[in-house]
Amino acid sequence: MKVLVAVKRVVDYNVKVRVKADNSGVDLANVKMSMNPFCEIAVEEAVRLKEKGVASEIVVVSIGPTAAQEQLRTALALGADRAILVESSDELNSLAVAKLLKAVADKEQPQLVILGKQAIDSDNNQTGQMLGALTGFAQGTFASKVEVAGDKVNVTREIDGGLQTVALNLPAIVTTDLRLNEPRYASLPNIMKAKKKPLEVVTPADLGVATASTVKTLKVEAPAARSAGIKVKSVAELVEKLKNEAKVI
Amino acid sequence: MTILVIAEHTNAALAPATLNTVAAAQKIGGDIHVLVAGAACGAAAEAAGKIAGVAKVLVADNAAFAHQLPENVAPLVAELGAGYSHILAAATSNGKNILPRVAAQLDVDQISEIIAVESADTFKRPIYAGNAIATVQSSAVIKVITVRATGFDPVAAEGGSAAVEAVGAGSDAGKSAFVGEELAKSDRPELTAAKIVVSGGRGMQNGDNFKHLYALADKLGAAVGASRAAVDAGFVPNDMQVGQTGKIVAPQLYIAVGISGAIQHLAGMKDSKVIVAINKDEEAPIFQVADYGLVADLFEAIPELEKLV
Repeated sequence: MKVLVAVKRVVDYNVKVRVKADNSGVDLANVKMSMNPFCEIAVEEAVRLKEKGVASEIVVVSIGPTAAQEQLRTALALGADRAILVESSDELNSLAVAKLLKAVADKEQPQLVILGKQAIDSDNNQTGQMLGALTGFAQGTFASKVEVAGDKVNVTREIDGGLQTVALNLPAIVTTDLRLNEPRYASLPNIMKAKKKPLEVVTPADLGVATASTVKTLKVEAPAARSAGIKVKSVAELVEKLKNEAKVI
Repeated sequence: MTILVIAEHTNAALAPATLNTVAAAQKIGGDIHVLVAGAACGAAAEAAGKIAGVAKVLVADNAAFAHQLPENVAPLVAELGAGYSHILAAATSNGKNILPRVAAQLDVDQISEIIAVESADTFKRPIYAGNAIATVQSSAVIKVITVRATGFDPVAAEGGSAAVEAVGAGSDAGKSAFVGEELAKSDRPELTAAKIVVSGGRGMQNGDNFKHLYALADKLGAAVGASRAAVDAGFVPNDMQVGQTGKIVAPQLYIAVGISGAIQHLAGMKDSKVIVAINKDEEAPIFQVADYGLVADLFEAIPELEKLV
């Protein structure tokens, strides 16, 4: 079966972001960018399905600026077969992204779509579910285990109290949680080979999708800083402070 | 302006996060209706009717809603929600699972995990793992929003007397089925609702050593949490994880034991009132957010702490 994987180019998770002085956003100039960690897990899962003989082709798609080709090449180096970039320099909201992904899914007809559960920049956790509504596919969000069995996929999901398993009819959407797998690294020969794999570039207009949003960001601020704390010398002093100064125990 | 709040419940009881969500709805202003969708959920509906400030409770009682499968619940919420100005749900795993599907069905954007209400159309929410706070304004006809429970003080669970009304026959979309679940059993308070949280990290060395934290927690009436490192190392189950990708907590007192304080973890606990860090590495980033820091070996400090509190 064909698997479609969506990946996003985001600020690297190790970077401590700074808010711009004019409060218009965070400063992303000259900051290291990477594939969103949850998307790496999505690519890894697709590659493992291919290695098991379950998936026959992996198509990886990204929506974003020209530079997102880097992340698509990374996915190709990890084992994806071909890539599609929906090029847009606008900052798109999850609904617009879901609509673009639906247009790609309509064309590609995948049996399984794998996304990360959330992007670490917007922290939205929406796109997979929205794609589910638009395509009518069932959704297995926050997946920690994925097993394809015939025309169904069993997904074990991380929920607040523990784990839940659901059986979804294919085609279906899976969004990955951290513990689904441990992504591999791309080897140098595979990085070289990935340069020759096909990468198609389209625009939202080509797909006939309007990307206007009803939500606008008025300002972005740094969170309130915590006042500096103190170091205590002993457990006894700690307990005394908690009881008499902070009055929390 | 009428607001629909999707109740978080276990059919038999209402989850506390519902009360925080109603509190957010009150800040927006307008009549508040609560939807309880489930199977044999009469008790949860009755509890919803008693919440202070709720005008009406809608109950959709159907076997198809038993496990809150989004393929079945989202169409119901989208159908009912079309007549409301706002649709709110708690940012729990259920709320996050269902609400974006509702928003897309209604063809509107969703705003995730708000922590403050500025006005009926303007909200604050954390981005970049809580390293920035965005103020966003929505011009959507129906505003679909998930609410971070720790951002709002819960309303009283008693004192209301809302009318309960049965709605939406509902049906099984036939796309998904519940197979089973494995819930972690615990007698301690729920992590997200606890007044005190004691969390362990990689410094605990193994799962067995968490017994020291359990003993301390039991003495304090606290919940026990963990960092991602402790979960990934297999010390404890993943529903104990505090952080950007786990649970967001804001207790009165958060005690971080053997936790270095990665950005990912801080995103889940830095709104706690008082933070205590116990770590033998005095350079650990956790000390930058801790109100009280103790540089010590946790295996000596924790038993002593347990004795003294």
